[in-house]
Amino acid sequence: MMYSDKVMDHFQNPRNVGTMEDADGVGQVGNPVCGDMMTFYVKVKDNRIADVKFQTFGCGAAIAVSSMVSEMAIGKTVEEALKITNESVAEELGGLPKNKLHCSNLGADALHKAIEDYQEKQKAKESPAEFPEKPENKESCYCPYCEGPIEGLESFCQRCQIEFEDCPECHKPMNKKAENCPHCGATIPRV
Amino acid sequence: MQPYFREKFGNPQSLHSIGQQASEAIEKARDKVAKLINAESSEIFFTSSGSEANNFALKGLTLAHQKKGKHIVLSAIEHQSVLNAAKFLEKLGFTVTHVPVDNFGLIDPEDVRKALTPDTILVSIMLANGEVGTIEPLEEISGICRSQDILLHTDAVDAVGNMPVDVKTLGVDALSLAGNQFYGPKGSAALFIKKGKRILPFIDGGIQEGGRRAGTEDVPAIVGMGKAAEIALQHMADRVEKTEALRDKLITHILDKIEHTILTGHPEKRLAYHASFCVEFVEGESMLLNLDMQGIAAASGSSCTSRALKASHVLLAMGLDHALAQSSLVFSMIDSTTTEDIDYLLDVFPPIIEKLRKMSPLYTQYLEEKEK
Repeated sequence: MMYSDKVMDHFQNPRNVGTMEDADGVGQVGNPVCGDMMTFYVKVKDNRIADVKFQTFGCGAAIAVSSMVSEMAIGKTVEEALKITNESVAEELGGLPKNKLHCSNLGADALHKAIEDYQEKQKAKESPAEFPEKPENKESCYCPYCEGPIEGLESFCQRCQIEFEDCPECHKPMNKKAENCPHCGATIPRV
Repeated sequence: MQPYFREKFGNPQSLHSIGQQASEAIEKARDKVAKLINAESSEIFFTSSGSEANNFALKGLTLAHQKKGKHIVLSAIEHQSVLNAAKFLEKLGFTVTHVPVDNFGLIDPEDVRKALTPDTILVSIMLANGEVGTIEPLEEISGICRSQDILLHTDAVDAVGNMPVDVKTLGVDALSLAGNQFYGPKGSAALFIKKGKRILPFIDGGIQEGGRRAGTEDVPAIVGMGKAAEIALQHMADRVEKTEALRDKLITHILDKIEHTILTGHPEKRLAYHASFCVEFVEGESMLLNLDMQGIAAASGSSCTSRALKASHVLLAMGLDHALAQSSLVFSMIDSTTTEDIDYLLDVFPPIIEKLRKMSPLYTQYLEEKEK
């Protein structure tokens, strides 16, 4: 078996699966191009993560990682939860196959995004004047192919060595050379 | 094949009697493999895998005919061993055209005709696709190639032994086959090369395989493939009829029982043993692992199941979007598959999908949009 017993346990009996109607923060990462997509919901009480729910489209590792992250986060303070790293998730799972390590990146990122969403909402509540609108969609700051961060407004992912352009259909970043947009699936004719 | 490991372990090129026994066994196996595809024994060259046979054909045929031209035509859904062999040839200065497929994975012979140029020396189109099961119109394509004196190779690895294949009717100049696809041992395969066609040796060395593929023969594997070829030929009609009935049952019930499931590949022009689907909103590997826990072995073309982490080029070439391509699943019926096995699969599969969809953000999104 390519997966550890703990990975298989979390895959077979994932903890905290579901959605959350009254979530304090929601975070989504990934896209179907690389095969994984995760949505995390967090409930925060007295600065502690009171509850986590998640939904995951992905392989065995992606599902196990989501379940593990949710279990690790519950009960931690917001600050502690933000310190959960990709490495610590993989370690807690008894390791992951090398080509599945990117799944653990997604899990921690999705949780952090949900917490950041919560923090932004809190700030907006405290001083609405300073935050009249939700900050710009963060999606454009991530490479749609590897989920790695993209510096500022650069249209190039260092990790995958891919140059981006905006999809003419949905205006999200996509590989300049690709024929299909990873977000909306539009076909872009290339000469 | 067992005796050739321990008792009859002679090198077929040796003159002593155990060597000669091995040599005779290889030639008998060659006859049987030749019969399976209606070829002459002298037209069969043993290789170690289907991938090797494909490499042998592409590189050997083009390099032997490069004075005539340097253009190769392939389909977009060829096996990696064909696509990557062609990439290698591109580095040597050859040019490659990929013919598209329709939504069923079917190639239009007219597209092949349009792709041909005065510089074209080789067309390589698979007989049947292992990922979606579609059987390609090879006879029409061979007519086009013959009329323009262009060589035609077909990767028939997924077809030979599982459907009647006749190299004379097909009209091909070269054909790859693999023993492990019809119950022979892994590591047994062959390339058919039509008598009189020039090909460069794939491994330089001694006189084995007529000097075209040197190296001491893998006698047990070859003997095993010979036996498998003999059985395949004897039981071809039964094998096709039996697996086809199971396949049709499986396809009908899966499409009926599980919403948002599509059949990939052609509904009729498909391999008798092959049922392939895309189950929307669910990723392939998670289905495979769940099925495996229930004792069912299936395959998928999703990124996660391939070590390359890329969605299947076959499904994308058929126009499926990325999300759907991640949801692919392939079931193969084998000789020992029973109708009870199919019933069992139909029992355990829907709850697996239900469980995974409950977990899927894509399914939740779909339900939300539907409500709106």
